Amino acid sequence: MTTPLGYATLGFYGASLVFYSYYLYAVKRVVGWAATLCLVGGIIVHWQALLERSRMLNNVPYQDWVGSLSLFAWFLAVTYLGVETYHRQRSVGPFALPLVIALMLTSTVAASITPVVPPPSQGSAFALHVTMNMLAYSAFTLAFVMSVIYLLQNRVLRDRKLGDTFWRFPPLEALERMSRTSVVIGIMGLSVGIVLGMVKATQLWKGSWSWDPKVIASFVVWGIYMVYVWLGNTTAWRGARASILCVVNYLLVIFSYTIVNLFLSEHHRYF
Amino acid sequence: MRILLVGVNHRTAPVELRERIAFNAEQARRAEAQLRSDHGFREAVVVSTCNRSEIYGVAPVHSKLAEDTLECYLADFHGVSHAELGRCIYRRCDADTVQHLFRVAAGLESMLLGEAEILGQVRAAYKVAVEAKATGPVLNRLFQGALEVGKRVRTETDLGTRPMSVAFAGVKLAEQIFGNLRQHKALILGAGTMSEQVVEHLRNRGIERIYVANRARERGEQLAMRFGGELVNWDSLGSVLAKPDIVVTSVSSSEPVVSRPMIEHAMHERKNRGMFLIDLGVPRNIDPAVEPLYNVYLYNIDNLNQIVEQNRKAREEEIPRAEAIVAEHVSKFEAWQSGMLMHTLFEELREKLQQEREAFLREHRELIRQLSPEERHQFGALAEQLLDRLVREPASPLGHQKDLRPKPREIQAVREFFGLVREKS
Repeated sequence: MTTPLGYATLGFYGASLVFYSYYLYAVKRVVGWAATLCLVGGIIVHWQALLERSRMLNNVPYQDWVGSLSLFAWFLAVTYLGVETYHRQRSVGPFALPLVIALMLTSTVAASITPVVPPPSQGSAFALHVTMNMLAYSAFTLAFVMSVIYLLQNRVLRDRKLGDTFWRFPPLEALERMSRTSVVIGIMGLSVGIVLGMVKATQLWKGSWSWDPKVIASFVVWGIYMVYVWLGNTTAWRGARASILCVVNYLLVIFSYTIVNLFLSEHHRYF
Repeated sequence: MRILLVGVNHRTAPVELRERIAFNAEQARRAEAQLRSDHGFREAVVVSTCNRSEIYGVAPVHSKLAEDTLECYLADFHGVSHAELGRCIYRRCDADTVQHLFRVAAGLESMLLGEAEILGQVRAAYKVAVEAKATGPVLNRLFQGALEVGKRVRTETDLGTRPMSVAFAGVKLAEQIFGNLRQHKALILGAGTMSEQVVEHLRNRGIERIYVANRARERGEQLAMRFGGELVNWDSLGSVLAKPDIVVTSVSSSEPVVSRPMIEHAMHERKNRGMFLIDLGVPRNIDPAVEPLYNVYLYNIDNLNQIVEQNRKAREEEIPRAEAIVAEHVSKFEAWQSGMLMHTLFEELREKLQQEREAFLREHRELIRQLSPEERHQFGALAEQLLDRLVREPASPLGHQKDLRPKPREIQAVREFFGLVREKS
């Protein structure tokens, strides 16, 4: 069942996308502020929608696609807002918001056809495990967006075909820094999520979790992102190479969130 | 009241003449004081830059020769012949003066369309005049309006944002790669004019450190000293290449002075941190084989000229938006001016008509003497009511509704019609 809060959330995010897109074209401060304020409005209303669903389920809403995608979208919006505020860069908004809207739209459509079935409670540690993993997914998504923009800008710069929009995007070094910030947030979230997951799994399944494909996928993703950060700090792996690594690893994240969850993992379905 | 302008600029006068009639701050103050004390101007501001010298003045409305006075003053102040100045000077009056100043502040009259420096220069000239108490309500309103126009054009249009010189284009591109240049370093090879321009732009953008290398050590030293840079030995070029993030070359050499092995070595030392090479030399100073190297970006003078050309077209496309802002503010100024003039006009018209009434009564006193005191009183009251109908009642909506207000020149026509040409002192 889709609630008015769900539609209102989409409205706010949609308005935010419109303002961000216009900001990329016109670069007017007031338009930029409108975009950010709409995003903040969307995050607040979205939070209310998540709370509403939590009350219906009496649990963190991750037990189905509706909740999982909605939570993913919310974390993505929040993470983007954090990176925008910290780095004072709005020009990535037109690329981040479509992903937020796509996730939220899918969740909204799923909500209209999925019955609300309260799941069995598995405790707050489990809920935190899921929440942290969602935070990690959203942070990695943002890093993916930054890396794609970096690679596009890098290609434009090397080909010397600088159009009007080239100048609107953050500098290459800023994109790399923003991407790295997002990956670090993701690694922190994933680390906490993995640890909590291992603790909980040991309690629930007494060791049978260790070969779960989801756990293996999570470790691989975590490991590659750790290598990404280490390489960037200590070696010549900067710039386009690092961005390509980020993009490839994100494909693993999507693989883990979809194929592994749906078809390969015994204990994970929607997170 | 008339708002006048006389001046010369880069379009009307050669640099030799512009140099001779430029004003420094002290001269500007002196000119503004003299124009007010000796030549009947109420307000005066001098705007003088390397590309223009202009005097803005507010003169009483009846002074028909005020423009001539201003022009002669400009010539005499600098000892330039009237004939010579007369060939290059331009004059503006009232609304044309307002429009001209607003266009100047917007960068529409600049040699480099949309350049930002002129706004600061107009602001500085206004400040000098304010401190010297040379301005009044009219020029205060005019110059504040000009500053607002300049600010709006720069924030609402792209007129001033894009680099229009090769040197600035290179520096803006460096910012697009590295962001804030405050934590980056640059190496300049060559100490010629182009290198100087690049160094100046880099300094203005806050670059952390500048290294300068030049075959002729003395010239390199001079450039380094002027901009607070560090001189580097030309022969040890290979060993310092790892330090800067930006390398700018502008050297006269038939062979490249920066080779691929040199850059490969530098990138290895830098652990592949990005490097931006700007080759302004013709023939090229940097081996083009450097181009495919990882995280190295090489732009030569042709590439930067393409950017400048793109920017020139983009700026020109912004001209209509800037002109619209100028037109909007000219209208606002005229509305303000009309409001002020209307208030004065009504007061003077009423006084004039009162005088006419008194004169009329005096001329017909024999006839009026035949009336009883009560009839004389009624006659006087009727005359007063007639004045009210003629002046006050129609004036009220004109005073409050801005879109009904006549323009200043229309108000001037009314003044002349009623013979109000002598302003009150």
